Amino acid sequence: MIARFRAMKPQELAAAAFRLRELGIVLALVGVVIFFGARATNFLTGSNWQDIAQNVSIVVVVAVGETMVILTRNIDLSVGSIVGLCGYLVAATLVHHPSIPVEVVALISIAIGLGLGVVNGLLVAVARIPAIIATLATLAIFRGIDAEITGGKNITAYQLPDRFLRLAASKPAGFPALAWIAVGVAVLGAAMLRWAPWARDFYAIGSNPDAARFAGIRAGRRVITAFALSGALAGLGGFLFASRFPTLDSFAANGFELTVITAVVIGGVNVFGGSGTILGVVLGAVLVATISDGFTLLRLSEFWKIFFNGLAIVVAVTIDALVTRRLQEALRRRRAGLLVAPGAGADA
Amino acid sequence: MSDPTTQPLLELRAITKSYGGVHALADVSFAIRAGTVHALVGENGAGKSTLVKIITGVVEPDEGEVLIDGEPVWIGDAQTAHKLGIVAMYQEPTVFPDLSVAENVFAGRHPRSRMRTVDWGAMQSEAKRILRELGVDFGPDTPVRGLGVADRQLLEIAKALSTNARLLIMDEPTAALSPNEVDNLFVTVRKLRDRGVAVIYISHRLEEVGELADTVTVLRDGRHIDTRPARELSHGEIIRLMVGRSLDALFPKEDAEIGDVVLSAKGLTRRGIFADVSFELRRGEIVGLAGFVGAGRTEVAMSIFGVDPLDAGRLEILGRPFRPRSPRAALHRGLAYLPEDRLHQGLVQPMSVSDNLSMAVLPGLTPGGFLRPRRERALARRFMEQLRIKARSPAQVVRSLSGGNQQKVVLGKWLAAEPRILILDEPTHGVDVGTKADVHRTISHLATQGLTILLISSELPEILGMSDRVLVMREGRLVAELSRDEATQERVIQAAAGVEAVA
Repeated sequence: MIARFRAMKPQELAAAAFRLRELGIVLALVGVVIFFGARATNFLTGSNWQDIAQNVSIVVVVAVGETMVILTRNIDLSVGSIVGLCGYLVAATLVHHPSIPVEVVALISIAIGLGLGVVNGLLVAVARIPAIIATLATLAIFRGIDAEITGGKNITAYQLPDRFLRLAASKPAGFPALAWIAVGVAVLGAAMLRWAPWARDFYAIGSNPDAARFAGIRAGRRVITAFALSGALAGLGGFLFASRFPTLDSFAANGFELTVITAVVIGGVNVFGGSGTILGVVLGAVLVATISDGFTLLRLSEFWKIFFNGLAIVVAVTIDALVTRRLQEALRRRRAGLLVAPGAGADA
Repeated sequence: MSDPTTQPLLELRAITKSYGGVHALADVSFAIRAGTVHALVGENGAGKSTLVKIITGVVEPDEGEVLIDGEPVWIGDAQTAHKLGIVAMYQEPTVFPDLSVAENVFAGRHPRSRMRTVDWGAMQSEAKRILRELGVDFGPDTPVRGLGVADRQLLEIAKALSTNARLLIMDEPTAALSPNEVDNLFVTVRKLRDRGVAVIYISHRLEEVGELADTVTVLRDGRHIDTRPARELSHGEIIRLMVGRSLDALFPKEDAEIGDVVLSAKGLTRRGIFADVSFELRRGEIVGLAGFVGAGRTEVAMSIFGVDPLDAGRLEILGRPFRPRSPRAALHRGLAYLPEDRLHQGLVQPMSVSDNLSMAVLPGLTPGGFLRPRRERALARRFMEQLRIKARSPAQVVRSLSGGNQQKVVLGKWLAAEPRILILDEPTHGVDVGTKADVHRTISHLATQGLTILLISSELPEILGMSDRVLVMREGRLVAELSRDEATQERVIQAAAGVEAVA
């Protein structure tokens, strides 16, 4: 395999490095399934797969939006707070107005998320606050609003209408409803990133912000769009979260942004923007959720889950950094021929 | 080619631009015709880049007019320049490494289908057509990360072609190319010219100018010296027009006693950047390192100082071998480097003058692990006096000082470490005349005290005025070593440009 890479032209080498990431996640996933399958008795059961699928689904929905933001060389740390706030508002709305159709509640949740996302976008693109700081602030602010609204109380499943609670458990065509929604969001997101001119700009902006400006791309608008989408999808995530975990207080989905960002980073989206695919992110989310589920079945503490999430990020990003550095070095050396012996080793 | 009866595509009339009282361009007028290659030559700092910035709308001239097809135009921004068909290719291509070649060509203006989605098919075939026309060996799907500098240059040309450029500006496009690649590029440039595109070609390599250009314009010190058909100008003639800057107004170098070899470099090589660079520096000596931008001078300095790795070669300091592993190791052996980009590499902008001055010598000021503020202030006062740094107090924040004074703080910072060898990279770049004289006076004085100085400068008068010996680099190699008496403007430029003899 190494010999094959040596024989490659630099262009092919760069393309191969992309594919390698998705293959790596699939291999890791196979390893994880074999490990937990052997150790945890209930791991390879149908109901456990359903559990994993439902957990993955919420992560995927929010991660698609996060991907758009990270592609533009920004980050959205506030998604966990948006999920929590919107989730509580969804539940509260249904408690007070049990007759509202769930679809309408979902749309309200998405709209609120969108609004919060626009706030993030304006802070970053107009006020020019670095995304990591701006969204760290809104993470706290949105959570604070959530706490004020809940007033320290919580909503339990008993208070919610049945048709809402049935949503998460329903299985159209034998597949959990949440998973259908996640697949829909992922396919739509991937299609946009491929076909929509404005979404292609995300890659350009993240890849080289100066060049994007030279090319006449309206980077500010695009960044606001990315944050708005991230917020809207976090709003949808809040709705799904409420249906899956119907006991909600002001700490709901606390720290959820870490799970989402872990999935995105492990899925191969470059934290410095410019590259990454929805397919990779979905695989990353599945890997993270599977590990987390296995740990629960083995009755390992929450602490170990967090520990391994962190470890997975370190491994994934280190591999990325090493591959990139090797690639740069190889390219530099191949071009070195020009100076040392004109014409001898040039790759043209 | 150029037909005197037709109207010029671009005409510049009395363009003047100054930065902080210094003229970057003064009263420059000339015209460029469609279907010609127009070479723009001049020393570093002659005003070529400012001129390009004005034509591409990056900066506005203080006075004068730009005319296109005989009509005065206002080019206030990059978009307007684009609309007028003006496209610039920079030495460092501005590409998106993560995207494919096709998308790089069409970034920001993707062809769209009726559904307003990206029409990948059309983009692909259009990119393919342009690439075939250019005769390049990569396809529209190639990720740009995998392309070398030469291919990225061709990609920039492809971009220009896709916008139907009328005026293409190429700034040192061959700096990083092999002879083969240069030939290919020239074929492309001629093709463009024959299609009626006007090309402004900026290069230090005079043989390229002779081979490619129809017309040559020479700038010197921001002034227009001459515009003539290329066939009327020999290389020697061009060099004669380029040089001739006055040597007065420079601080006279004091004589210093030159002693034993302090640093010797043998066969220094960093693959792809510079190769086989050997020289010696002696005690009390000021050695000028001349060459055009991109010749590899800064890169050699960075490798000696331990910032970038060396692939081959040996270094000795005072007869003992020295391996440059890190700037810290270099400082420990008495080697200091004042970087070219002082604002980013040399100073911590939000910290005070005294914090910056003491940075390299903190261990000496912190007996027992605690900083002695009094010692730090004393050190700061000493250097502020010695270097005539104009600051209200040692506590003034560096950011609020003028460029020249910032440069002096960087100099003081390294002098505080009491180095034996000081590498100065463009020490007077962008400073006013008074500060320049101060810096020269200081450099000269340091040499008389036994310090060894390697002076990297793009300003010939500075090199010639200050140096005991001049080394000249071209394209990553050391091509000449001249004594103070041998070093004339003509000889240095000849060596730097790679021209054999002056007529």
